[in-house]
Amino acid sequence: MRKYDFPIFEHHPDLIYLDNAATTQKPKSVIDCLTQFYQNDYATIHRGVYQLSQAATQKVDDSRLATQRFVNAQHVEEIIFTRGTTEAINLVARSFAATQLKPGQTILVTELDHHANWVPWQQIAKEKGLGFEFIPINDRGEIDLEAAQKMIKERNVGLLALSHVSNALGTINPIEILIPMAKAVGAKVLIDGAQAASHVQIDVQALDCDFYCFSGHKCYGPTGIGVLYGKKALLKAMPPYQFGGDMVETVTQGYTTFAQLPEKFEAGTPPIAEIIALKPALEYLQGIGFLEIHRHEEALLIQATQALQAIPDLQIIGTAAQKAAVISFIMEGIHPHDIGTILDAENIAIRAGHHCAQPVMQHFQIPATARASFGVYNTSADVDRLVAAIEKVRTIFK
Amino acid sequence: MSHLDQLYQDVILDHNKNPRNFGRLSPCTHASHGKNPLCGDDYWVDLIITKDRIEDIRFEGSGCAISKASASLMSSTLKGKSVQEALTLKDHFITLVTQDQATDAKKALGRLAIFEGVKKFPARVKCAALIWRALEDALQSSEGQVTTE
Ligand SMILES: Cc1ncc(COP(=O)(O)O)c(C=O)c1O
Repeated sequence: MRKYDFPIFEHHPDLIYLDNAATTQKPKSVIDCLTQFYQNDYATIHRGVYQLSQAATQKVDDSRLATQRFVNAQHVEEIIFTRGTTEAINLVARSFAATQLKPGQTILVTELDHHANWVPWQQIAKEKGLGFEFIPINDRGEIDLEAAQKMIKERNVGLLALSHVSNALGTINPIEILIPMAKAVGAKVLIDGAQAASHVQIDVQALDCDFYCFSGHKCYGPTGIGVLYGKKALLKAMPPYQFGGDMVETVTQGYTTFAQLPEKFEAGTPPIAEIIALKPALEYLQGIGFLEIHRHEEALLIQATQALQAIPDLQIIGTAAQKAAVISFIMEGIHPHDIGTILDAENIAIRAGHHCAQPVMQHFQIPATARASFGVYNTSADVDRLVAAIEKVRTIFK
Repeated sequence: MSHLDQLYQDVILDHNKNPRNFGRLSPCTHASHGKNPLCGDDYWVDLIITKDRIEDIRFEGSGCAISKASASLMSSTLKGKSVQEALTLKDHFITLVTQDQATDAKKALGRLAIFEGVKKFPARVKCAALIWRALEDALQSSEGQVTTE
């Protein structure tokens, strides 16, 4: 029972937490790491001549190394700490797309993408006279690969930005096909891995993507910390994203020289405790191992999919062949919000809404879905409780 | 009754399933559009007001059971009421779903008081209140204007 690793379930023994795609609960190792750092070891980094500060700096460096190993980056300075996926994407939009792409070039996303991997590109495109388009999906919620091939060939694509795993539907995108497709026309590729980091092994060298980003809070780590991986040569050529302390070498009235990677992109005092506590989160995942995580979550996904499909008037939205343990669904005549409220009364936390993916909702012509998303601590009994609660929804709305 | 039963009472479920006064009014004298961007509740409310009296009122759109039943019950209550009476009921309704001591509001609201159960569900208060906010906007912003949307 992995629930024992997560103190939240001691305080809420009856809680069935199925909103893991929004954010995950924290294992004790992560909470202890945060507490210990604040209680015993707290100091700022880089500046201190004193031992506490040197030790904190060492811990941050260790966390960066752990992150490098986690995504299998070639160089440690290719790991930039951000506030989350959203900030990582905005950084690339500002420092790469706005400065390196040329008018006439297109930024391509997919119809599946989260607003975080949509709006920054759309806005930069407007500002810089770039094209902005999306690759369509089919009715199973899978990227249309033929359309992708055609658009990549014909649209003068400068950047392809797409999610590894869809948060709204759970689709695992075939990025190992799409990345080489884009690279063949000279485009750069950013992967939004916010939903992938807790479910699948990431290997940025094998993928050969140019940027990869994810958020700590969605993979059992703290909020306020995210990761941008970027290829060294690209990051070196990009101007800083924000300016201030910690990211400079020499400052005079007339000019400033900027620090080397990764500090060049980490202006100001970072979320030190959160960076440090990212390491035990990544180690927690690696401790279980992605093979085991896949086996566990796939079993839950199959059990839940079969059980939900058997419920009359319930329709699963997103039936891709390759899916992470996320199930979006709608029920005839019952709004997702009402489903969410009734499930909450049964102590089951799910999400109801558009999941920050309005283009996906538009594709299926629905305003919202109910979404159950699973994590390492969920059990087969959780699925049974979910199914029973959905039956209760039907009884109330019969 | 459990909190949940108080929320999803038969009257509310009935108005959700068979909303009264559902559709647009064209032409109308007052109209407004209410939206809860987070959950996607989305309704139009159209009114025909002559000599300060609500002659007809209709609503159209989509959303959860609470928002739809609220709109349906509001529309059937307000027909024939004066603008001032409607605005007073609106104040009472907001009091009912947000404040603990709402005895006067309850009395004034009559059968609309069944929405009292919403108070126990903070996330749903905005669902119940949405149509009343739209009504307020319609009565205030397009006073005397004809819209044919
Ligand atoms: C696919 C995807 N991309 C990006 C984000 C944004 O992540 P964050 O809010 O942690 O910046 C999310 C989170 O909801 C997501 O699911």
